Amino acid sequence: MAVVDYQAPLSIKEAVTLLAGSDIKAKVMAGGTDLIIQSKSQAAEPLRILDLKHISEMMSYDISDAGLSLGPAMCCAEFTALDDVNALYPGLVEAAYLIGSTQVQGRASIGGNLCNSSPAADTIPALMASRAECVIHGVEGERTVAVEDFVTGVGRNCMQPGELLQSIWLPRPAAGTRDAYLRFIPRSEMDIAVAGAGVSVSIDASGTCTAARVAIGAVAPTALLVPQAAAALVGTQLDESALAQAAAAASIAASPITDRRGTADYRRQIVGVLVKRAALIAKQRAQASL
Amino acid sequence: MMAKLHITTSINGDATEFLCEPHDTLLDVLRNDLQMTGTKEGCGSGDCGACSVTVDGRLVCACLVLGVEAEGREIGTIEGVGDNDKLNVIQEKFLEHAALQCGICTPGLVVSTQALLTLNPDPTEAEARYFLAGNLCRCTGYDKIIRAVLDAAATMKGAA
Repeated sequence: MAVVDYQAPLSIKEAVTLLAGSDIKAKVMAGGTDLIIQSKSQAAEPLRILDLKHISEMMSYDISDAGLSLGPAMCCAEFTALDDVNALYPGLVEAAYLIGSTQVQGRASIGGNLCNSSPAADTIPALMASRAECVIHGVEGERTVAVEDFVTGVGRNCMQPGELLQSIWLPRPAAGTRDAYLRFIPRSEMDIAVAGAGVSVSIDASGTCTAARVAIGAVAPTALLVPQAAAALVGTQLDESALAQAAAAASIAASPITDRRGTADYRRQIVGVLVKRAALIAKQRAQASL
Repeated sequence: MMAKLHITTSINGDATEFLCEPHDTLLDVLRNDLQMTGTKEGCGSGDCGACSVTVDGRLVCACLVLGVEAEGREIGTIEGVGDNDKLNVIQEKFLEHAALQCGICTPGLVVSTQALLTLNPDPTEAEARYFLAGNLCRCTGYDKIIRAVLDAAATMKGAA
């Protein structure tokens, strides 16, 4: 793809119209950290870029009693500095904080991470754990898809040509519900997940887990929600035996590959460890929020 | 061939105009069209930080920004950090601590350090190392760089 045209629509309607009416291949761009590199590598095909960063709804957020409506193109550096978001969705903030370098976070967005649909995307398990939904705008109107149904394969998602991710919706966690995200990389910064785990737990005043969501990343063609791991946590005090069962369920659900970042066996084991540790962090946060 | 795009922007506070192709990156424009070669090209894929610049104050890699995106923005480059006759404190500290060998990473590191100290004037060593993790240096082993950064922070704090 060689970029031969650049447009900066000012509204979602204009963006969708441009996307549907383009005579050549058109792609929307948020931070461009994936798209600009891709456009250099496959130089034969002409590409029109529609830059979403001039659309105010794509770049802003709104927190209400119902939840968070996030502009998908807001860069991670801005997102991770939002105190009100961090108070409610610390796991999603820590996932966004793990994407690339400071420089990359100055461009990369959560919507872009989602739409790029990499199996190792850090924000996707965190979004799943926090029950996020994708609000998609197409030529024929709006539809909402849960994040676990959005990504359909390696680099693939459910969006049809002409559709646009217009916002990401996260319901507001009640007091006693919080999330956490952990990933493993062999160094302390600047790498792609060997495995990742996003966990949200809800606990009551007695410390009993009343609801949970467990999602794992980089261990299957898409990030996976693991209901069996969540079920192992519900009704327990999140004690060692419950955590071990959740870890085992995550390891069973994983279908990892062997590559230079880790073997399949290693990934299967470590994803369970991450689930356990993320659940403990989420538990501490949930307790503190009561 | 389409006509080149006419972009009006501000670079280091100076109103600047340039022409670019839609596929030109901000790095291409700075180095090839504006002859501002202080910003270096390392990897060209956002991994090394040699081309670190700021766009509206936010630290980014110029290789991952299209030139056309500079329209109406405020761009900051290494050329805006010090004066010809007086170095910025960060630059002085890099010299003092010998925080460079070949020098290719240095402009990016200085721009990133300035961004760090603007956001966090008193970083811990760990904070500085994490913030600067996207600036690769293949010569120094980073220790002298981190000493220079922390000394610059202390000096700037003392002067404030």
